[in-house]
Amino acid sequence: MTLTPERSSTGAEPVELVTLTIDDVEVSVPKGTLVIRAAELVGIEIPRFCDHPLLEPVGACRQCLVEVPDAGNGRGLPKPQASCTIEVAPGMVVRTQLTSAVADKAQRGTMELLLVNHPLDCPVCDKGGECPLQNQAMSHGQGETRFTETKRTYPKPLPVSAQVLLDRERCVLCARCTRFSEEIAGDPFIALVERGAWQQVGTAPDVPFHSYFSGNTIQICPVGALTSADYRFRARPFDLVSTPTVSEHDACGAAVRVDHRRGTVMRRLAGDDPEVNEEWISDKDRFAFRWSQQADRLRTPLVRDESGELVPMSWPGALAVAARGLAAARDAAGVGVLPGGRLTAEDAYAYAKLARTALGAHDVDFRTRAALAGGEEEQFLASRVAATGPSVTYASLERARTVVLAGLEPEDEAATLFLRLRKASRRGLRVVAVASHTTRGLAKLGAELVRTRPGDEAAALAALELGPDDVLLVGERLADAPGALAAAAALIAGSGARLAWVPRRAGDRGAVEAGCLPGLLPGARPVSDPAARADLAAAWGVPSLPTAPGRDTAAMLAAAADGSLAGLLVGGVDLDDLPDPAVARAALERAFVVSLEVRSSAVTELADVVLPVAPPVEKSGTFVTWEGRLRPFPRVLDVAGSLPDVRVLAGIAEELGTPLGFRTPEGAMAEMTELGPWDGERAAPPTVGTSRASDAPLVLDTWRQLIDSGRLQDGAETYRATARPPAVRASLATLAAAGLTAGAPATVVTAAGERVTYPAEAADLPDGVVWVPATADVHLHAVRGEAVELVRGEVAR
Amino acid sequence: MTDVLTPVLTAGWGDDRAWTLEAYERRGGYQALRAGLAMSPADLTALVKDAGLRGRGGAGFPTGMKWSFIPQDNPKPKYLVVNADESEPGTCKDIPLMMASPHTLVEGVVLAAHAIRAERAFIYVRGEVLHVVRRLRAAVREAYEAGYLGTDVLGTGVNVDLVVHAGAGAYICGEETALLDSLEGRRGQPRLRPPFPAVEGLYASPTVINNVESIASVPAIVRGGVEWFGSMGTEKSKGFTLYSLSGHVRRPGQYEAPLGVTLRQLLELGGGMREGAELKFWTPGGSSTPLLTAEHLDVPLDYEGVSAVGSMLGTKALQVFDQTTSVVRCVLRWTEFYKHESCGKCTPCREGTWWLVQALQRLDAGQGRPGDVELLLDLCDNILGRSFCALGDGATSPITSAIKHFRDEFDAGMHTPSRELFPPERSTAWARPLEGSPA
Repeated sequence: MTLTPERSSTGAEPVELVTLTIDDVEVSVPKGTLVIRAAELVGIEIPRFCDHPLLEPVGACRQCLVEVPDAGNGRGLPKPQASCTIEVAPGMVVRTQLTSAVADKAQRGTMELLLVNHPLDCPVCDKGGECPLQNQAMSHGQGETRFTETKRTYPKPLPVSAQVLLDRERCVLCARCTRFSEEIAGDPFIALVERGAWQQVGTAPDVPFHSYFSGNTIQICPVGALTSADYRFRARPFDLVSTPTVSEHDACGAAVRVDHRRGTVMRRLAGDDPEVNEEWISDKDRFAFRWSQQADRLRTPLVRDESGELVPMSWPGALAVAARGLAAARDAAGVGVLPGGRLTAEDAYAYAKLARTALGAHDVDFRTRAALAGGEEEQFLASRVAATGPSVTYASLERARTVVLAGLEPEDEAATLFLRLRKASRRGLRVVAVASHTTRGLAKLGAELVRTRPGDEAAALAALELGPDDVLLVGERLADAPGALAAAAALIAGSGARLAWVPRRAGDRGAVEAGCLPGLLPGARPVSDPAARADLAAAWGVPSLPTAPGRDTAAMLAAAADGSLAGLLVGGVDLDDLPDPAVARAALERAFVVSLEVRSSAVTELADVVLPVAPPVEKSGTFVTWEGRLRPFPRVLDVAGSLPDVRVLAGIAEELGTPLGFRTPEGAMAEMTELGPWDGERAAPPTVGTSRASDAPLVLDTWRQLIDSGRLQDGAETYRATARPPAVRASLATLAAAGLTAGAPATVVTAAGERVTYPAEAADLPDGVVWVPATADVHLHAVRGEAVELVRGEVAR
Repeated sequence: MTDVLTPVLTAGWGDDRAWTLEAYERRGGYQALRAGLAMSPADLTALVKDAGLRGRGGAGFPTGMKWSFIPQDNPKPKYLVVNADESEPGTCKDIPLMMASPHTLVEGVVLAAHAIRAERAFIYVRGEVLHVVRRLRAAVREAYEAGYLGTDVLGTGVNVDLVVHAGAGAYICGEETALLDSLEGRRGQPRLRPPFPAVEGLYASPTVINNVESIASVPAIVRGGVEWFGSMGTEKSKGFTLYSLSGHVRRPGQYEAPLGVTLRQLLELGGGMREGAELKFWTPGGSSTPLLTAEHLDVPLDYEGVSAVGSMLGTKALQVFDQTTSVVRCVLRWTEFYKHESCGKCTPCREGTWWLVQALQRLDAGQGRPGDVELLLDLCDNILGRSFCALGDGATSPITSAIKHFRDEFDAGMHTPSRELFPPERSTAWARPLEGSPA
């Protein structure tokens, strides 16, 4: 993989070190370090509650008091100091509870005071067993309290949102949750209110704590004050088995810890990965995990019998039927492969190899969206994305000068990335967004809006100029705008700026690397390059690879619908995500269809053979992040008969008489690694075509919000209750032209007659543009930039 | 004995409609402003520094030095904030001053703003004293109309805008950084320091926060000069100041005298203790300064003198209590105040005052348990110097000092309610004259 230096101009600046003494141990730490952190470096743990390394210091709980007999100027500080708020100084002498009776008494005193109004209900508290208050009360407190009087009590619990519950009497008022919400997420919907011992976390009337990141407050709460409606009273920490893994919900690769009890996942927590998600994850990463536990989970292979019913069959039998049908279809007219974007890199590689070897064609495309004419997106991916290992990383965004977002709404489509951009923007990063309007997410990034009508992105990008410390982040939606990806490539060329492509799904980037595109082989080998084909054929031990170019998703579906493809091998694809569901349905009805799915779906209902595959939690594999970073994860749950796609595809390939050469994710990864990236000439970038801006009076802008009705969020109802209410957004003038005022029901109607109705909302869109969220259950089946109508009220079909 | 008094701030309080501009000017008001604005900011700061004026809000920090901490190379605007959030139990000097002579404060504000090159000043006044807020606003309006405030004050090119802001009823907002948060529209809670207000105060800009009386003393210093000011007071505590005498004294009120006067002198001025009363204990500067007893009658009431006997000069709020008063009950009331006013930010103050009140209630009810006095002392030790700001420290002072001087009354709380030992009606202002004193 090619690695470009992260920063072209200035290198890392030398760190100025400060030497101080903590408990008679001399230590040198970077200037500006807090004493509590310096103590950690020499292995001294000072108890704390309000302190959190990723939040601004506050000094509220007073648990971390230490004695400073010498502040570095020869004079001691008269009072014990909060080690979480004072910075180190040269020559400073610090005495913690280990060597100072004063510090020890101060800490024990604070601990006793913290427990005065704490209910001590650990036996029934969710936090019991993993509670910083419980643990530190044991290590730094006294066993008996002298407080025998009346404690403060409250009705409990108080819902802060549908998903976050507050037990106020347990709260130690450390302000971690409120500081997180304000500083990190930018959603200051909770705040401390009232005073004295009656101080409490509160919300404004009728404004619940609806944040995409609210679950983090539960995790960083050092007591059991914040609990999730979802996990409350479900399990005890000591009954749980914890496994570090990676989130399957987006292309960010957030580190996640999965806690399961006897084979059932009970909850997910943020993993600590400073390179990727630091200690934060989105609520989707945290709460949306029950989708694979639903009743419609497929457990056994199904084969359609003579009467047209899907009936259970053994694995060997089902694989044989699938292979026979695919072989017949291949020989008749060919088989199209639609693996979808949710696969691991290993699974994607198995699809890519199966298509080219056993099925003998390049008809494979992981994309479910409509592809642009002329293969602009594919060219872009082949030239600018495939096998370009991490050059833009999370950490490098913090050092960038300007980040341009195009076709990307990070808070909805890449939440982990959003948090890192927000962190950087608070420290001075300039964010520029080529978008239709200032969303809440963009406002939280302080983004400058390059107000753009959907479809006009190419022109907007062409008008920008970037320098060496700048980064262009391109969302997958940019592919909807003709010429925009070419303009993005042209903008980068020669500027020294760097580019990254941010898709929505966890498997999208891996599928690009694995070659799940009609014109792209694994490792960025262009199908059109005979040398690349020969190289891959040699590696795979086949005489040659097909020369005819493959078809993209829409072309395959159209071909299957008219009979010029006879078979379809379909992975995790949702019928309604496809550009033209009617054509897709016709294709699935006509062709011989083998479906590999976790849960029954519209595709499995129409399939001839249904082969159940494992959800990520039941298999190992690797997701590739938008950076190009490999995020391997282990199998969390060992479920008999739950097979990864790669194992199922290997079985089909063997039945077809052309084995894949591996049967496991590990085997697939070993082969991919061995194969390596193409060292020959890369595909050429797309050239700037003429952008085809629609001259329709009203065009559509749309994307999916983070929390919606998607299938991977099934079973997380309290989480779904925190979704942002859908709305039809347009400029005041556009609303007025349709006779609409804010709040009135507004209906958007597409040319094909699809419609949605939501309350109207005024926003800073250009006139003649209307935005609605795309969701899994209400479909417009229209792409951005398409002409639509805006009508007042609900409109019957 | 009346020659002890040095009426400067209070000189015009008895005048007819003393709070009006007309009455103030009749006494030479705003003459100092002309003189002061003719001086350079640096000279004016040096004058106040040389005069030895120390902060009258309690801490006694030299005012001129505070002004000189404002970094004049900072491109941000500078602000002057007057702390008029007088809320301490017993303290009652700034409110009468602003009632009787608001223009003294306004004139001081313009001078101080000139000295630190601030073009905008604020008076953060306790919201409960609505009458004072109105007087201040009326005075500010008059000053604007007369050209003492606004752009180009008296044709000198100096611009000073003054805003009177009413607080919303929180003692903590007298803490200067909580005051700034409140003034910015946030919840009043103390800020982390550093950065100090002189560098990042109001709206993260260099800010001077001074007590009302400190600022109101500036015009007199400009008028009278360093020598005159230094002719009053003691070596390190120079000048005149307001002593607020209250409690079981015949004539409670404001007594303006040089720093270093003693309580014995002030009591004489106030006509002595009420009939049949003898001094039991007193606070030198409000409820958060450790209380003193009759043995301290001759302690000079200046910053050094009071701290030498283990207390603080504070706000010079001399609350005088006679032998009818239960120390335990008195301390309980004060502690209830601190519990009510604790902002909740830090653990020791928030939880400690909650606990202290309940422990003191037991003793007050005669239901104390052996070890309660030691418990109180230990709790105070865990609060004093461990809290985020001085509110928690102040809450412990009455308790520890009361136990030091009157431990047997706390011990009596193990068996006898305070209302039996000290019937509350006997210490009221309307109690019949005391017949002798119980031994």
